Amino acid sequence: MDSTEAKEHHGAEHDAGHGHDHHDPGFMRKYIFSTDHKIIGIQYGLTSLLFMLAGFFLIAVMRWSIAFPGEPLPVIGSLLNTFMAGMTSPVLDPETNELIGYAISNDLYNSFGAMHGTIMVFLAVVPLAFAAFGNYVVPLQIGAIDMAFPRLNMASYHLFLLGGLVMLGSFFIPGGPAQAGWTSYSPLATSIPTDGQLYWLIAMVIIITSSLLGAVNFIATIIQLRAPGMTWMRLPFFCWAQFVTAFLLLLAFPPLEVGALLQLMDRVAGTSFYLPTGLAISSMQDVSGGGSPLLYQHLFWFLGHPEVYVLILPAMGVVSEIIANNTRKPIWGYKSLVYSTLVLGFLSFIVWAHHMYLTGMGTKISTFFQTTTMIISIPSVIILTCLFISLWGGSIRFNTPMLFALAFLPMFGIGGLTGLPLGFNYSDIHLHDTYYVIGHFHYVVAPGTIFALIAGIYFWYPKLTGRYMSEFWGKVHFWCSFVFMNLTFQPMFAQGMAGMERRMADGGAGYSVANNPDAIGALADQFLKLNVNITFAAYALGLSQIPFIINLFYSISKGRSVESDNPWQSTTLEWQTPTPPPHGNFTTPPKVFAGPYEYSVPGAAQDYNPQNQKS
Amino acid sequence: MLQELFNLPANLPVVASEHGADVDNFIIYIHWLMAALFIGWSSYYIYVLWRFNGKKNKKADYHGARTHVSSYLEVAVAIVEVVLLTAFAIPMWAKVVEEVPKPEESTQIRVMAQQFAWNFMHPGADDKFGKQAFDLVSEENKFGRDLEDENGKDDIFTLNEIHLPVDKKVVFHTSSLDVIHSFKVIAMRICQDTIPGMSIPVWCEPLKVGRYQINCAQLCGNGHTAMTGGFLNVDSQEDYDAWLAQNTPADGEEGAGALSFE
Repeated sequence: MDSTEAKEHHGAEHDAGHGHDHHDPGFMRKYIFSTDHKIIGIQYGLTSLLFMLAGFFLIAVMRWSIAFPGEPLPVIGSLLNTFMAGMTSPVLDPETNELIGYAISNDLYNSFGAMHGTIMVFLAVVPLAFAAFGNYVVPLQIGAIDMAFPRLNMASYHLFLLGGLVMLGSFFIPGGPAQAGWTSYSPLATSIPTDGQLYWLIAMVIIITSSLLGAVNFIATIIQLRAPGMTWMRLPFFCWAQFVTAFLLLLAFPPLEVGALLQLMDRVAGTSFYLPTGLAISSMQDVSGGGSPLLYQHLFWFLGHPEVYVLILPAMGVVSEIIANNTRKPIWGYKSLVYSTLVLGFLSFIVWAHHMYLTGMGTKISTFFQTTTMIISIPSVIILTCLFISLWGGSIRFNTPMLFALAFLPMFGIGGLTGLPLGFNYSDIHLHDTYYVIGHFHYVVAPGTIFALIAGIYFWYPKLTGRYMSEFWGKVHFWCSFVFMNLTFQPMFAQGMAGMERRMADGGAGYSVANNPDAIGALADQFLKLNVNITFAAYALGLSQIPFIINLFYSISKGRSVESDNPWQSTTLEWQTPTPPPHGNFTTPPKVFAGPYEYSVPGAAQDYNPQNQKS
Repeated sequence: MLQELFNLPANLPVVASEHGADVDNFIIYIHWLMAALFIGWSSYYIYVLWRFNGKKNKKADYHGARTHVSSYLEVAVAIVEVVLLTAFAIPMWAKVVEEVPKPEESTQIRVMAQQFAWNFMHPGADDKFGKQAFDLVSEENKFGRDLEDENGKDDIFTLNEIHLPVDKKVVFHTSSLDVIHSFKVIAMRICQDTIPGMSIPVWCEPLKVGRYQINCAQLCGNGHTAMTGGFLNVDSQEDYDAWLAQNTPADGEEGAGALSFE
């Protein structure tokens, strides 16, 4: 019996009150039907990383269509034709009339577009940011032996997986997956004949249910299971971020669940919640009418906007932990960060209609929403400023997690700043639904949130495995990702400013000068050509992840071993456990004596004072 | 962002409406705020990464920054935003959505979007539309017209092409037959979602004669990419009068342009 197992037994004794039996769990019990928050965190992490890869694959195919509309898709064209029969367009050689390949049809483009957004948001980034990191790290950081409801936690993951599989299943039905964008606006979503929309709605209801189970669990855990001495103002900022995120999910998701159910009724039961009078669609003959398409938009964006903060708050939490650790000093303005996060959480519920300025909104309503939108930018600026100022006076270690965390700051800065002209209704007239919007939210999510999450993976990896990921390949991964990320998204601002619309299977070629030589306002060639640059940059960005994927798996058994249980010399409780933490987490119940970021305390013997040690 | 910023005026497409320059200027003002913040943050950031590199600065300072310059910065951002909001965005939006020109001083056009084309209805020589109702809308009667109404006898119907006189305000009453589209004329700096079951006005004053591209700016199905056939023809008064005369239906005849429905 090695020492880890011994500790596991020790941990299990603490857990006996929960009525579990972990003395000899089999493989299934340990890895598939586990109630251990750490295993569930890893399950969420691996599943969401796989979904992220799938989401990237979809956009890689779409980018081909954008850059080279109508041209046969190289390498995977015929494979795609095999799996999604009828959704590719055969391309014939104009002279010999021979089949030379398969291009992407508009249906396929729209399917992949809808699924790219859905998968990236609901099945990749949110589960990774909230469920994976939250599950693994929060109970450890607050000094708990597990989540408050371990079985609910398991159910949450299993529902998530089921929802994800239903979503993926829709790729293999006749007609393919949903085609109405990740927003699934009615009546478009209801009028497209594919059953993929039905799968989308059912999958969303399952995923939302899973999120709600997760959210109540986090709230209960953080309120109830904090170790003695872990007062609210000693809570690591990461836990605060997860706490607010859990409330956002709990309160914002139910309206979308309702919205999805109503759309389901419109589709299968002949109701008209979102179908107005005066609809003339040949595929929908017996519509009674009287519904409102805008109702769906309100329900969607009532989730949709808080969802942005669901994406970003955990990322900010991860970045604060890594910055404090690698500057070797406390986070500057911890209380401002906490209060700003709370304000951000509240305000995020009253800004949703800024996504709907162009639906015929009057002055009063739009004034309300753009005022709240400008107010919400203030706590965001405060959070970012606190993180920037935290660097001042530090002794900065530039390891891989820190590089990703540092890159988060200016990248999220660009994402946030470019939100301003979209948040004002008058400038939104020109920029709405252009590539400017695409650039804006991808800067928030991709080099913003995803960089932060990658930083988190490099940072907590030694706790999970007892080994470091390779620094060299980590840095290769960072620099390649950083360069290609910017080459991908930067040109989109120029395209959007020129008026290039999003969601065009041909990348806007139909509106180009070449296509409409006598028209004023056609898209100039220089902006269209950027599509090719962006596409190749995106492929290079995809290739840049290969060192990361290999590093992630190779280092489990071959990475450099950690020197101690606390390899980064950190203060927070997750590092004051055995490595990896056994079931039950702590060898002795932790007590907390200090704030979360007591680094470089004047007069102390070492430059970090762990929270569970009396200084 | 910097590259985009310095090219900003060059990236903005040509403007041909009275309020278009206001939209562009407003976008440029906001980008000045963004540039100031971005350049400020970046300079600080690069300096700090160099100055507090762990190799140089072995011992971190527990207290870190002791100034509260950042609070002033946050207040400054808030003030600039208040100015942008109250001096520009709110009043200019009010002008766009509240002061819709009256029929006497403007050209009135009804727009009915469909998958994947634009239907237009012009009130004809009498400047009056016939009665319409949404519950009359069908694939045959796209505008939901009351066919008995005398005012509607001279209404003109066209597909994808509509003519307007230059230097006169025009109001588009937008709606849709099927799904949500968005009626966007980039050069006019107007954009309005066309929502089935609703008629929403959007207006501008075209200042230059020309043929302007109409974009559909909302995903509307698999023909969305190809919904590029719509054009706004801004004519000189003479050309416009000639178009009107040519297209006005004779007594008892259906609006001439309606032929193009087929």
